[in-house]
Amino acid sequence: MSGFLSLQGVRKEFNGVVAVESFNLEVEPGEFVSFLGPSGCGKTTTLRMVAGFEPPTSGTIRLAGEDVTYAKANERNIGMVFQSYALFPNMTVADNIAFGLRVRKEEGGARGERVAELLDLIHLPDKAKSYPNELSGGQQQRVALARALAIRPQLLLLDEPLSALDAKIRDDLRAEIRRIQRQLNITTIYVTHDQEEALALSDRIVVMSKGQMEQVGEPFEIYNNPSTGFVASFVGQLNRLPVTVVDPALGRLRVGRSEIRTTSLIESPQGAEVSLMMRPEEVTLDAEEENVLEGTVESVTFLGSIVRVQVGVEGGRLTADLFNERLLELPVAGEGTQVSFPSHACWVMV
Amino acid sequence: MTISTTPLPVGIEAEAPPIQAKASRFWAWMILIIGGLYFLVPLGATFWWSLRATEGTLGFEAYRRLFDDANFWPSFTESVINAIAAIFLSLLIIVPTAYWVTLKLPRLRPVVEFITLLPFVIPAVVLVFSLLRLYGRPPLLLTATYDSSRVLLVCAYATLSFPYMFRSVDNGLRAMDVRSLTEAAQSLGAGWPTILRRVIFPNLRVAVLSGALLTFAIVIGELTIALFLAQQTFGPYMANLTRSKVYEPSAMAIVAFAITWAAMGMIALISRSRKRR
Repeated sequence: MSGFLSLQGVRKEFNGVVAVESFNLEVEPGEFVSFLGPSGCGKTTTLRMVAGFEPPTSGTIRLAGEDVTYAKANERNIGMVFQSYALFPNMTVADNIAFGLRVRKEEGGARGERVAELLDLIHLPDKAKSYPNELSGGQQQRVALARALAIRPQLLLLDEPLSALDAKIRDDLRAEIRRIQRQLNITTIYVTHDQEEALALSDRIVVMSKGQMEQVGEPFEIYNNPSTGFVASFVGQLNRLPVTVVDPALGRLRVGRSEIRTTSLIESPQGAEVSLMMRPEEVTLDAEEENVLEGTVESVTFLGSIVRVQVGVEGGRLTADLFNERLLELPVAGEGTQVSFPSHACWVMV
Repeated sequence: MTISTTPLPVGIEAEAPPIQAKASRFWAWMILIIGGLYFLVPLGATFWWSLRATEGTLGFEAYRRLFDDANFWPSFTESVINAIAAIFLSLLIIVPTAYWVTLKLPRLRPVVEFITLLPFVIPAVVLVFSLLRLYGRPPLLLTATYDSSRVLLVCAYATLSFPYMFRSVDNGLRAMDVRSLTEAAQSLGAGWPTILRRVIFPNLRVAVLSGALLTFAIVIGELTIALFLAQQTFGPYMANLTRSKVYEPSAMAIVAFAITWAAMGMIALISRSRKRR
């Protein structure tokens, strides 16, 4: 079944260098999908192909059932928000928002009403006559969002819209973007390299690496059940412990002289050298009933709401994220400790 | 443990930097004064000479005679119109070219820069003889009448303006995020003419004005091309004046100088008011 936005076998080459390969995605109406990946992974190129700024080398892009693969950007009815805001410096906030409506020759009265409506939506009703250089970065990006929404686009594209902003403003605007997207129920594609942003905002995330889709799924699924080593390591912190398979059927593994267990599927044969993965928040410094390893505290880093403890164990190193609470006794570097993790919280990767 | 209390040799290391600084400041002032004199003495002498038209007293008689001359205003007006036409033609060619090079063909910038610099390399006399050779006979005969020669003159002036216009416009384009602004406008439904007219041109206003006023200052007194194309513009008028009058050429030089500086002043004024906003 074809989605509201459909990308089928999309590929892009720049002078023989493949930037995006075999990109297939169906986006449902009103869905918020993020493209997440490191710089150069092809996420912005994919977005630009959807916007019409880059023609795909091959493949098909359909929007609301219509083939727009080679349609010009100004014929697609897609709103776009840029990292650099891209507000027209010669125009006031109101004129910036009204630009697309003027181009569409919308009548003056209706245009004014739409601008006022959007200024209210972005909570800047008193800034209509200001110029972009009189606004803060966060305000400029809100205006850019209003301008993109003014034309009632079928699809909203956001290209790393928060990356030029301070942390606090970024958090506020992130919530604002999600509120507006839900309020208008507009189908949205969001490009970011910030996993926290993608996890917080998205209905689904497309994790990309080297021009390929690594995994598509809901944030919870992406975080808890990463399908590749890249996704596991790129999204969130991850422990990787070298282990030897003892009994794949029973999930028994050996690390140094200790034996541990996992409930996840082991496809490798007995004696195979594999990696055991687990999230730092699953590791505790208490000796639980299973998977207990002896180790030495190597470092303790206070990060506010969590305390990150690195423990050297036989055959490797584990990081444990402990919730900061008033009664927490901080471990000291150099002291001996025990670390443990539940068997259901770890999985094997080759 | 003992600490040596031997005083530092006074006046060597401690005072060396201030003496060096003073010396460098002295030479900076000297260069400025010599440069200023080199520039101001001929100007002052020309101005003083222009005031001596009435025997025994200093006055503006030469200026009065100049402005009353029957050929002054027609030649000046014609040159102003030619300059404005040349500026428009130049803008029409340079702005879309520079914009397209910035947006789509950045690798071609050195080539375009070189082409726009050619008027500096090719002397005006070579340019005008080339024009006469190409357009002085059929099938592209443009020198048959005064007005058609004037069209040729405007085209030649537009070419002369390329080095100034391209650099001004290119600097203006580099100062803004051309790609993002263009793509933002495109995503809002604008086509190329709308993008150029409503987004690029308005944001290039200062750059365009700089290029235009520089072009104006150069074109207004241009002699060689106008002379060979038999145009009665300000340049040939000034040359004739020099041959036939004593004090008026000096007054003329001061007027031409004032026009140039007024143009420069306007560039500075507009740039400053734009920056303030």
